[in-house]
Amino acid sequence: MSDLTKLTLKDAVDGLKAKTFTSEELTRAFLTNIEASNPALNAYVEVTADKALEQARASDARLAKGEGGALEGAPLGIKDLFCTEGVQTTAGSNMLRGFVPPYESTVTANLWRDGAVMLGKLNMDEFAMGSANETSAFGPVKNPWKAKSSDAELTPGGSSGGSASAVASDLCLAATASDTGGSIRQPAAFTGTVGIKPTYGRASRFGMVAFASSLDQAGPITKTVTDAAILLKSMCSFDAKDSTSLDIPTPDWTQSVGQSVKGLRIGVPAEYLIDGMSEEIKALWQQGVAWLKAAGCEIVEISLPHTKYALPAYYIVAPAEASSNLARYDGMRFGHRAEEFSSLDDLYAASRAEGFGKEVQRRLTIGTYVLSAGFYDAYYVKALKVRRRIAEDFDKVWGSVDAILTPSTPTAAFKLGDKQIDPLTMYLNDVFTVTTNLAGLPGISVPAGLSSDGLPLGLQVIGKALDEATVFQVAAALEDSAGFVAKPAKWW
Amino acid sequence: MAIDAATVRKVAHLARIKTPEDRLEPLAQELNGILNWIEQLNEVDVQGVEPMTSNVAQPLRLREDVVTDGAKVDAVLSNAPKSADGFFVVPKVVD
Repeated sequence: MSDLTKLTLKDAVDGLKAKTFTSEELTRAFLTNIEASNPALNAYVEVTADKALEQARASDARLAKGEGGALEGAPLGIKDLFCTEGVQTTAGSNMLRGFVPPYESTVTANLWRDGAVMLGKLNMDEFAMGSANETSAFGPVKNPWKAKSSDAELTPGGSSGGSASAVASDLCLAATASDTGGSIRQPAAFTGTVGIKPTYGRASRFGMVAFASSLDQAGPITKTVTDAAILLKSMCSFDAKDSTSLDIPTPDWTQSVGQSVKGLRIGVPAEYLIDGMSEEIKALWQQGVAWLKAAGCEIVEISLPHTKYALPAYYIVAPAEASSNLARYDGMRFGHRAEEFSSLDDLYAASRAEGFGKEVQRRLTIGTYVLSAGFYDAYYVKALKVRRRIAEDFDKVWGSVDAILTPSTPTAAFKLGDKQIDPLTMYLNDVFTVTTNLAGLPGISVPAGLSSDGLPLGLQVIGKALDEATVFQVAAALEDSAGFVAKPAKWW
Repeated sequence: MAIDAATVRKVAHLARIKTPEDRLEPLAQELNGILNWIEQLNEVDVQGVEPMTSNVAQPLRLREDVVTDGAKVDAVLSNAPKSADGFFVVPKVVD
């Protein structure tokens, strides 16, 4: 029975439709795995076993009648950033401990519409602010992968670390995640999984706990590129409840998977060859180029001159938006309220000091500073202008390339606790991913190989706005060439 | 534009985050580290560039100005730290 948990989302959905097994069997297999593995991995912050079994039985009834949606009976994990009606949603923060939304996020509502089963809520960095899952109020998630040379526990990345760890260790068929600066793609790269951030506006932000609204975008973490295409389609929709939601049809991206990439022009940006990039990452990138060349792509050297300014611009824009978004946590209507206080202002300040962790407080302080009188133009407006320069860099190359290939991360997964000393070192994790958030473009991370120390490494494909089709097409070609089948050796 | 402890105290107040006195100096140093790194943005020529506030190339939608939701008092109050008789209960702030 436990073999069922190793299935891809596609094979599971097909098996359920063919009645090879039932959703209840599949769901029970995952619940058994979670019970055995979660104490060590800490991927789930809450397991909703009763709800899962109830949904599974309902799916089985529909499947028995030959009915059912695109995800009918498929057990998924949900990042604890998506509001789920009647199920605690914390965004990894003590501020929201005990918060039970009376409504459902649009993304998860779409999944239940399509018949998916919810196994539980997945751990994450607090309010999605982090790259190692160490800022979670529920403790860090462990990466199922370990290096050959060491027994040390590694980070699965962040902020969607619970999603990545759960998918990599077969604790769900696939998971929802979200990406503000790389929070889907970096954890996917660290765990040998696939993660895509679609074009900004494809997936509704309604019911997603907000971090930085102009950058936040939902997407899936899955075992294969096909699975990502299936799950992303279900997640995306036009939603009147999100003012930035795009009123456009969602294509069937599975059609793009397996299509020949012959003749596609792939850009390789010189600026992504950053100082101090390891030989290993360079080699992986060159390997990716070689694979696509062999598949018939034309490789084009391109320049995205403002790349190095993306991270510093991000660390103004994202904290600024966060400081505004998180102002809602005042201890009055929901969230944590301090017991002891001397005045109204003190009550706000005490509630927020008790409810928010250190990294969130740091970013809110930066955000408040760059928006404060006298600094607004020098920092915030300046960053927004640089943001446009970064977006223009991409606009200028789309005439000569169809997609761009880069590494997903500058390193493989690192030890938990390793980069906590200096926030700047931690921020560098997002150096290759953050540009697409600023420009609103789709980006996918595909597992492409193992480091010399036996850890997964990912390649990123960036596409034009709304051209996820080409992104999936190129990603599938890379997946096919890489033939990545490695699995973490079970230690948990 | 180096940040000192007094600036951190002011910003922490603006952000409504209670910060103990002995944290002000370490926080100032951390923030200076981050802001010094951010200073590199000054190298970019942004003459005549419009600030980019959104990456959605469409105007915000308008809708009819009508009530579309409501009458959910219990749901709205369901996560309140304290409520009574259909109201949020907050500490007394005016004597």
